[in-house]
Amino acid sequence: MSGWRGLQAGLSAAGYVAADDLAMALHLALMLERPLLLEGAAGVGKTQIARTLAGLRGTRLIRLQCYEGLDAGHAIYEWNYQRQLLAIRAASEAGETGAAVEERIFSERFLLERPLLEAIRQPVAPVLLIDEIDRADEEFEAYLLEILSEYQISIPELGTITAVTKPIVILTSNGTRDLSDALRRRCIYSYVDYPDRATEMAILAAHHPKLEARLIAQIVGFVQALRKEDLEKTPGVAEALDFTAALVGLGINDLTNDPVALQASLVTLLKTQGDRAAVPTEVTQRLAGKAA
Amino acid sequence: MVRMYKRVTRFPSRAAGPADRVAGFMAHLRMNGFKIGVQETGAALAALAVVNAWDETEARIALKAVCTGCAQDFGRFDDLFAAYWQNLGHERAGEAKASAERRWSSEMGDQAGSGSGRAERPDTDGDADAEQDGEGRLVGSRLRNLMRVDLREVVAPSDIAQAQVVAERLARAIRDRRSRRRKADRRGDSLDLRRIIRASLSSGGEPIRLYHRKRPERPSKLVAILDVSGSMTVYARVFLAFVKGLMTADGNTDAYLFHTRLVRITDALRDNDALRAVNRLSLLAQGFGGGTKIGGNLAEFNKSYAKRLVSGRSVVMILSDGFDTDPPEVLGNALADLKKRGCRIVWLNPLKGWQGYAPVAGGMAAALPHLDLFAAANTLDSLLALEPELARL
Repeated sequence: MSGWRGLQAGLSAAGYVAADDLAMALHLALMLERPLLLEGAAGVGKTQIARTLAGLRGTRLIRLQCYEGLDAGHAIYEWNYQRQLLAIRAASEAGETGAAVEERIFSERFLLERPLLEAIRQPVAPVLLIDEIDRADEEFEAYLLEILSEYQISIPELGTITAVTKPIVILTSNGTRDLSDALRRRCIYSYVDYPDRATEMAILAAHHPKLEARLIAQIVGFVQALRKEDLEKTPGVAEALDFTAALVGLGINDLTNDPVALQASLVTLLKTQGDRAAVPTEVTQRLAGKAA
Repeated sequence: MVRMYKRVTRFPSRAAGPADRVAGFMAHLRMNGFKIGVQETGAALAALAVVNAWDETEARIALKAVCTGCAQDFGRFDDLFAAYWQNLGHERAGEAKASAERRWSSEMGDQAGSGSGRAERPDTDGDADAEQDGEGRLVGSRLRNLMRVDLREVVAPSDIAQAQVVAERLARAIRDRRSRRRKADRRGDSLDLRRIIRASLSSGGEPIRLYHRKRPERPSKLVAILDVSGSMTVYARVFLAFVKGLMTADGNTDAYLFHTRLVRITDALRDNDALRAVNRLSLLAQGFGGGTKIGGNLAEFNKSYAKRLVSGRSVVMILSDGFDTDPPEVLGNALADLKKRGCRIVWLNPLKGWQGYAPVAGGMAAALPHLDLFAAANTLDSLLALEPELARL
């Protein structure tokens, strides 16, 4: 079994069923030591793969959630200003010289590590998950690019910190904004789509091993038919898993048996009022009938 | 698949080994609009070294991971791979060009003309083609001819893309507002000295805690209402692209379309594929055509969406020719009601740019007293000229 098949099998044993494209991209990212950029709709398991990978390799997962206005102080490092001031105050009472104090307060002890700095200073290469990079500003993207190509961070007062180990970097994006070509070119890329029928069944089976195959087939058929409907928010794999859990919790073992309970459990799949209105009981029954 | 294996790939005789062939494949991808360089060729070879390159599927998905960079390329890769390695149209220039064109056209969300090598339309002035610096006031200098063409004649994807670029600029002009006051903020750009000194009293005069202030943004919210009735059909596609541009520039923009009834199209326009969204909507718009009930629709808008979405910081932009089948009072009253929400109302009328046009049509005359800005919108130039006006609103 060659490398990427092995990785795929490993992931699958850890409960993550990866399509061939995705497993290969991840394998190459590991082999070539390049960041992996994952795009795709919400809820198709982009974040989860980082978590699973960290578990699989027995290393830490360091996560940086991006948001609008994310800056270096929150992503890379920050000086512990309060502590520095206290140190200065204490030093002046002890009669320390200015140069010595300066030397001391710009040392490691006064540095607050943020995820990116933390990630390159781990003794064992961690999985660094940079989640929803498209939400961060473009300036931050440029900054990130520099770190990802050099794996070093320069702190003016302290000098350059070079990576002890190269972290395994996984970036995810929901496509709310176009990423720069430079970033795309740095990365190994994979587009994570909604899984096909067989894959989704494998995913549900991995999470609910006790569920009978007939019901899983029904659920997957139902969810996949629902995805084809004209919805505002298409349900992802995460929603399908919630839906399955809801059905299990309600003790339903056939989708067509209990229309009321089925309709009620749609709250796990449809997350806007418009979508709820677009899928009334009749539509649900039609889809369930087809899936059965 | 079996059928494909039987085909033998014919390479140029000078292609020495695998490296050369992969380089050829990269050139093939580049010709099809992939943004890849020498670095990717290196990465591709490295990738092939770590997988079983004899297995076609494995090689394909490995190269796919390395060479693609966006969802669109990702979707096209398999076909291009087959085309190159199985001689199903090896470097067929015509096809490559067509698909590059297609790719370009659906990427019109970017700055138009980002080095796509597409032929410009004939330029009789002869002065516009010399400089293509690709940034800054691109729209102003480059397609001068087009800018003066009445929007009815604008149909090519590239021209519609221009409308979108213009719209993005306008939206930014409207949106960029900052308060004059400063207020406390955790990560502001200036220090709040008064608070720092006050707080330092408790620590014996050492400014231990730093407080910041900044000028909060007070972005205007844009609401675009587009008339797609029969008389406006000729402008519909361009205006839809225009509205799409407004939405691209600012995530808070809201868009509606009306003919005989009002439809909210904000979500439809959020479609990542600009051309697809516009096409779908223009089909929808053409389907309805017919009479216009501007007044009735605006009254409807007041009753439903405006309550939630229009406030004193909104700019309502109406794109319509003002031919109304409702009585003029209805429109007048609706606009007066809308105005009471404190918003500013901009009316862009394609007819206003025509010579000898006067807003005497009943509806338009009734609307005029309620408008903050009444402007022409029949050419891209006229739209662009709005930028300073809108910034002043």
